[in-house]
Amino acid sequence: MSEARSNQHLLSVENLRVEFPTRRGTLVAVDRISFHIDEGEVLGVVGESGAGKSLTGAAIIGLLEPPGRVAEGNIVFDGERIDDIGYEKMRRLRGNQIAMIFQDPLTSLNPLFTVGRQLTETIRTHVSIDERKARVRAIELLNEVGIPAADRRVDQYPHEFSGGMRQRVVIALALAVNPRLIIADEPTTALDVSIQAQIITLLKRLCREHGTSVMLITHDMGVIAETADRVAVMYAGRIVEIGPVGDVIKRASHPYTRGLMNSIPVIRQDIEQLVQIDGSMPRLTDIPPGCAFNPRCPKVFETCRTERPELVDVGATKAACWLYDYARRPGAGSTT
Amino acid sequence: MSASDVLVRLSSLGKDFDVSPPFLNRLLEREDRVLLKAVDSLSIDIPKGKTFSLVGESGCGKSTVAKLVVGLYRPSRGSIVYDGIDMPTLKTQADVEPFRKRMQMIFQDPYASLNPRWRVSDIIAEPIRAHRQITGKRAIDQRVAELLVQVGLASADGVKFPHEFSGGQRQRISIARALAGQPEFLVCDEPTSALDVSIQAQILNLMTRLQRQFALTYLFISHDLAVVYHISDFVGVMYLGRLVEWADKRTLFQRPWHPYTRMLLDAIPDLELSGRQRSPVAGEVPNPIHPPSGCHFHPRCPHANERCRNEVPNLVRKDTSEVACHALLENRLPEVTVTGEPADVGSGG
Ligand SMILES: Nc1ncnc2c1ncn2[C@@H]1O[C@H](COP(=O)(O)OP(=O)(O)OP(=O)(O)O)[C@@H](O)[C@H]1O
Ligand SMILES: Nc1ncnc2c1ncn2[C@@H]1O[C@H](COP(=O)(O)OP(=O)(O)O)[C@@H](O)[C@H]1O
Ligand code: SF4
Ligand code: SF4
Ligand SMILES: [Mg+2]
Ligand SMILES: [Mg+2]
Repeated sequence: MSEARSNQHLLSVENLRVEFPTRRGTLVAVDRISFHIDEGEVLGVVGESGAGKSLTGAAIIGLLEPPGRVAEGNIVFDGERIDDIGYEKMRRLRGNQIAMIFQDPLTSLNPLFTVGRQLTETIRTHVSIDERKARVRAIELLNEVGIPAADRRVDQYPHEFSGGMRQRVVIALALAVNPRLIIADEPTTALDVSIQAQIITLLKRLCREHGTSVMLITHDMGVIAETADRVAVMYAGRIVEIGPVGDVIKRASHPYTRGLMNSIPVIRQDIEQLVQIDGSMPRLTDIPPGCAFNPRCPKVFETCRTERPELVDVGATKAACWLYDYARRPGAGSTT
Repeated sequence: MSASDVLVRLSSLGKDFDVSPPFLNRLLEREDRVLLKAVDSLSIDIPKGKTFSLVGESGCGKSTVAKLVVGLYRPSRGSIVYDGIDMPTLKTQADVEPFRKRMQMIFQDPYASLNPRWRVSDIIAEPIRAHRQITGKRAIDQRVAELLVQVGLASADGVKFPHEFSGGQRQRISIARALAGQPEFLVCDEPTSALDVSIQAQILNLMTRLQRQFALTYLFISHDLAVVYHISDFVGVMYLGRLVEWADKRTLFQRPWHPYTRMLLDAIPDLELSGRQRSPVAGEVPNPIHPPSGCHFHPRCPHANERCRNEVPNLVRKDTSEVACHALLENRLPEVTVTGEPADVGSGG
């Protein structure tokens, strides 16, 4: 579907493919994935390290590091294609509509300027107000993200803030432009649990109040369970399952999602051995043909080794697994 | 617990780090020496064949305890009694040696702890050679192959170098190396924190199996409470260098007493989709160089009073727990029982 205006989603990604050309051939890091995010919705993106989560986020906002490139697919934001709009327009979009929060808050903050100066500059690129009013707004934002004594701390430098406080400042910076979409890549991963809980609660509240959509990238299922409306599970560059968070977490359809959920230790669950998925996710250089999960899958059958399964409806979710293609699964044809 | 069941007893253990500004600055600015109490008067008993875990947020002193226990740091105060012998009083290398090989440490970052220029077989054989447990190339090779298989690798993997393995496989290599000297006690500092969950499950299962097989005792360190629940028999909670509560794991997770333990338990994102609204405790772990007076937790504690600001609470027994909190003694701490069924995950489909 390429007529951009024909859908109502805030963001829709179709058939996105991210490649890295190397001397030994092309590595496909994100392999034809499709998903959408609606207005005011939190989409969680989970998967183990190297699954392609961060690259998906980077591709959307045009921050792929060369030689990485979008090789295929299109990305539509608010009805307009944004995968081919060029550097300047993309930069403006990032300044106005889509904000990014990274794992390490220091990558988003300039160590040489006070927090206040960074906030006022961001605010003033967005709305034309004078320095003094921008400063008042900056203090308001710091207050809003829960920084105590904001009127004093506004004149401090990033290194004078703790890790959790810095991430709050980054969130304030993201909010400064009133974005419609925030892409948050592991925003709580570097933080202690008590601070993580504060940041999650803050993000949830702010999105509710401002109607902002969020693409929340993390490897932490607990964070997803508490925050996301829907969740996409990635494995080896592909989305293997996507759907409402409750369905994916409690009633996983895809064998990988199910294995992943069962391998997480649960408090007050007394078991001697955890359910384990043997092996590990393949490197980009040796992704197996067919279903990328097939060498680790307890349910693997012939078709899985040669043909790639596409996402199909399974109840409320979609899963990319041949088990749900009733014409292809083992035993098909022998019944009916 | 009777003394004979205890393999390791830490008594009033303390470790200070000198974090003073350079001498000249001190002289010019007339500043005093600054000591950071990374571990402060910590006492625990680790029973034979069991897993004792320490949890707490970054900087609370977990790794420092681990390094004290295996002798990488000398304690500033207190004692570490290993199977009846007070380790820090041992003076000569020859005195320490027999104990060294009985305990081993596993670190968070398996890559940093493996020599990249050595083949895996040499890495694993190193403790065997050092302790002269087995001699003769053939016998050592055979032992290395056996260890590789025990940790779920192939004996042929011995000829490879660490970079040829994934993170989880490297952690298996460091476990094989730790087991090589046939220790009875393993100190594991965040052994799965750098790993993905599916790999973490493999390593935790391996550790549980090895513990049973070789009657190992573990001191396990982690900030992940679910992992700690799964692996432990006993759990201690640390805050700014002090032990604030310990109990057997079921008691600690079902009937936590210390306000900090309760805060930690409440902060974990859960998979139960209960939709509960949290009210996360405000504030952060204070600067350990100038910790708050009295009970270190008082600036964040909803039950703090004047006494908390002035007086350090001691660990006292409450049923089967030990808790360091004035409010508990003063009977002004409401009892909290955490129920909640284990999440019913992934069973459908
Ligand atoms: N060699 C050292 N010199 C000075 N201070 C140190 C040293 N090692 C640790 N510290 C300090 O001692 C305290 C405890 O550190 P430790 O590494 O034991 O914490 P931890 O609980 O293991 O934290 P994490 O979860 O981050 O690993 C911290 O405040 C730390 O900064
Ligand atoms: N600059 C690059 N060159 C080659 N491969 C890369 C590059 N950046 C990332 N990759 C690879 O792409 C895959 C997906 O990366 P990423 O999106 O960062 O994963 P995630 O965020 O899910 O952990 C990984 O296998 C990673 O090694
Ligand atoms: S397609 Fe086959 S190998 Fe892949 S997850 Fe489904 S059953 Fe397993
Ligand atoms: S001693 Fe006081 S401040 Fe410390 S945890 Fe107990 S009630 Fe809170
Ligand atoms: Mg990433
Ligand atoms: Mg540590």
